[in-house]
Amino acid sequence: MTENKEPILKVEDIHISFGGLKALNGVSLAVHPGQIFAIIGPNGAGKTTMLNVINGVYTPDEGRITFEGQERPLKMKPHHVAALGISRTFQNLALFRGMDTWSNIMVGRTQKMHSNFFSQGIYWGMSQKEEIKHREAVEWIIDFLEIENIRKQPVGMLPYGLQKRVELGRALAAEPKLLLLDEPMAGMNLEEKEDIARFILDANEELGYTIALIEHDMGVVMDISDNIAVLDFGNKIADGTPEEIKANQKVIKAYLGEAEESG
Amino acid sequence: MVESADTFPKILLQNAQKFGKNKIAIREKDYGIWQSFSWQDYHDHVRDFALGLASLGFKRGDVIAIIGDNRPELYWGMSAAQSLGGIPVPLYQDAIERELHFILEHSEARFALAEDQEQSDKLLSLKKEIPRLEYIFYEDPKGMRNYTETFLMSFAHIEELGRKFAEDNPNYFEDEISKGKADDIAIIAYTSGTTGNPKGVLLQHHAAVDAARAFIAFENLTEKEEVMAYLPMAWIGDHIFSYGMSLAAGFAPNCPEDTSTVVHDTREIGPTFIFCPPRIWENWLTQVMIKMEDAAWIKRKMFHYFMGVAEKTEKIRIANEPVPIGLKILYQIGRILVYGPLTDNLGMKNVRVAYTAGEAIGPEIFEFFRSLGINLKQLYGMTESCALVSIQKDGDIESDTVGTPVPGVDIKISDNGEVKYKSPGNFIGYYKNEEATRETLVDGYVLSGDAGYITKKGHLKIIDRAKDVSTLIDGTIFAPKYIENKLKFSPFIKEAVAHGQGKEFVTAFIDIDYGAVGNWAERRHIAYTSYTDLAQKPEVYDLVYEAVERVNKSLSEDEKLKGAQIKRFLLLHKELDPDDGEITRTRKVRRKFIAEKYDNLIDALFTGKDAVTVDATFTYEDGRTTTMKADLKIRDAETF
Repeated sequence: MTENKEPILKVEDIHISFGGLKALNGVSLAVHPGQIFAIIGPNGAGKTTMLNVINGVYTPDEGRITFEGQERPLKMKPHHVAALGISRTFQNLALFRGMDTWSNIMVGRTQKMHSNFFSQGIYWGMSQKEEIKHREAVEWIIDFLEIENIRKQPVGMLPYGLQKRVELGRALAAEPKLLLLDEPMAGMNLEEKEDIARFILDANEELGYTIALIEHDMGVVMDISDNIAVLDFGNKIADGTPEEIKANQKVIKAYLGEAEESG
Repeated sequence: MVESADTFPKILLQNAQKFGKNKIAIREKDYGIWQSFSWQDYHDHVRDFALGLASLGFKRGDVIAIIGDNRPELYWGMSAAQSLGGIPVPLYQDAIERELHFILEHSEARFALAEDQEQSDKLLSLKKEIPRLEYIFYEDPKGMRNYTETFLMSFAHIEELGRKFAEDNPNYFEDEISKGKADDIAIIAYTSGTTGNPKGVLLQHHAAVDAARAFIAFENLTEKEEVMAYLPMAWIGDHIFSYGMSLAAGFAPNCPEDTSTVVHDTREIGPTFIFCPPRIWENWLTQVMIKMEDAAWIKRKMFHYFMGVAEKTEKIRIANEPVPIGLKILYQIGRILVYGPLTDNLGMKNVRVAYTAGEAIGPEIFEFFRSLGINLKQLYGMTESCALVSIQKDGDIESDTVGTPVPGVDIKISDNGEVKYKSPGNFIGYYKNEEATRETLVDGYVLSGDAGYITKKGHLKIIDRAKDVSTLIDGTIFAPKYIENKLKFSPFIKEAVAHGQGKEFVTAFIDIDYGAVGNWAERRHIAYTSYTDLAQKPEVYDLVYEAVERVNKSLSEDEKLKGAQIKRFLLLHKELDPDDGEITRTRKVRRKFIAEKYDNLIDALFTGKDAVTVDATFTYEDGRTTTMKADLKIRDAETF
């Protein structure tokens, strides 16, 4: 339904190398609004590098990045990228471990807050209204992710699967135009994976978020993605719908080492 | 005059008039905040939903099944159905499809109101096999966007239909309510039943209304009470306490945010009237004990010292004797240092009346909460009587009885020792089950199926299910539940099943409490991988051995039951689970089923083996099963 629209994010011909290692070698991607877009590939294929390029952690050597039709400078601070409307989660969790779930998610609202330190301190007029609005948004996300029971618990004490969920909540709190998820299901058991997959689908279908994610678990990716790009050694070797990817010989080779004929 | 209203919908109309927007009728915690609804809101939602139902063809006598956690919308749905002369059938929200299938089929429900996607999914898959079920409604629209079924509608949508319906039929709601009669069926409450299929208990409006009013009068409750509505809506207790009494007295039940936040939400509300089955009191006690173990030594010392003071004081209070002045002063100090903070922490600081019902409660647990100053009382009631039979009166408490008959109730003991009663809350029969009705309802008295007797002080004492009481081979009385309850008073034992009918001695299966024993093991650096592994640790056997020893000692003090001490026991490899059919949803042991399923374990207990292998099958909530093997040790116990 969204295929004929302009892509929300277009990266073209991205090159980046660390020392002698070419991490990305002329990779282009296009994410369309309303999509769940997955980037897959074996270890060291350049998946996380790609996310880091998109949200400004790395500056690519060459290429073009266009977000919502506007080309952005290649060198850009992550928080400026966040202000454009791109938020992300991390593979190895980056939460404030000593703060509770509620506060961690509230941090995600920072970009949306307008009143300054002093008016917040007085808590009157506009800033009071704003506070209520933000609290409502946070509570809405807590309800959405079904984490009411850990609202007031320090996230450092939570099991890993729940921490991942909190991190997703924080990314959602920013109400991003594009949500980047770095291995949202890594290290989870089957049940936790199914839960997260459902939240990702709900965020996409119910809340209308555009999502780009990296994932190892092929099964889940195939089930939930609209479009998939496959990276291998810094090159994009395939791009298409899950069905196309499943049938692609190059992909099979990259994952299994050797294409096998089944008898 | 309030008393003139003889059905719940009529009472609702009065409440809306009397309290209007000035009194909160129900609260629900949502988005982290207690959302309140006044009696006017309550009335408006019920009216709109009722009219929506009417626009879909809901007629007098129609049945609506209701399934989900406690939510205002579900209570409103009940009230709406009653307003139209229909009958709500609340279902246990954790019931698996097979159980739901029976009740939906048997109750001939045309409508169903579900809480959320999870419950809707269950109903949707059942609908294929039950064509009579026409409409399914859901309260929480989350995750429901891709459902295209036309018979599936949201609660809010039905209300909208109702508002439209009201434009053409402005007096329909009030007219239908005034058509309601006291002897209409108010609710069919299905009892889980330890044998066979659930039975639908037919309760009339006057029974439910009178029972609710009897409780209110007995405890002098007012519209100012705060109550937590957190027990399953399918349980008669919740129906009377959270729904019926709320309407009759005007007070507000409070629906927690989620089952996992009940403890926290209870603290926020600070209920004044509270009712829990014994296992929840047990849980609380276990929690307190675990936390005290972790506390600083000075707190621990203080706790144990003052609990000793409290216990001594309570023993004197129960005996209705004057408390010596020294003890009185100590108790007041303890109140400031220990009892006050502790009850506050449990969310029970404002409790005026607390009930335990459904099962026997351990005297230690009972006395613990009473000694803290919580007015905990035992109640005896059944679905068949709208929970109304006997209650302990303030100032007339015995820790092992269930009190005296509530005014208006007549209790008799039949020749074979079975308790029977005639209560204003009595039912009129089981739905479509003449035979069971004839067996249970005799000359206006309900045969409770419980064996018991009246003590010298006029209190009712329940021993066990009448049909479970039997004898050992030498004629000693064997009351399995009595023994099991004694075992379960240990914080480390969650469930127990005693065997012994027609045998030479008594043996028992024991289920450890995973939380309490797990904590105990961690403290002693005993590593374990799973429930099964933990249960088979020799140290855990030693722990349970001590508990069994204590039970035997207390049995040996009773002349009649001396011969029924536990000779041998084993720890089960898994927790008894309603999904496996071993216990009911209300956690009553299904003896016959267990005896058949584990016959080789029982054999081993009686034949002197010291270990036995078990093949275990587990059933998941979606009906899948899996099997595993485990070796269970058998231990001999000390007898006296």
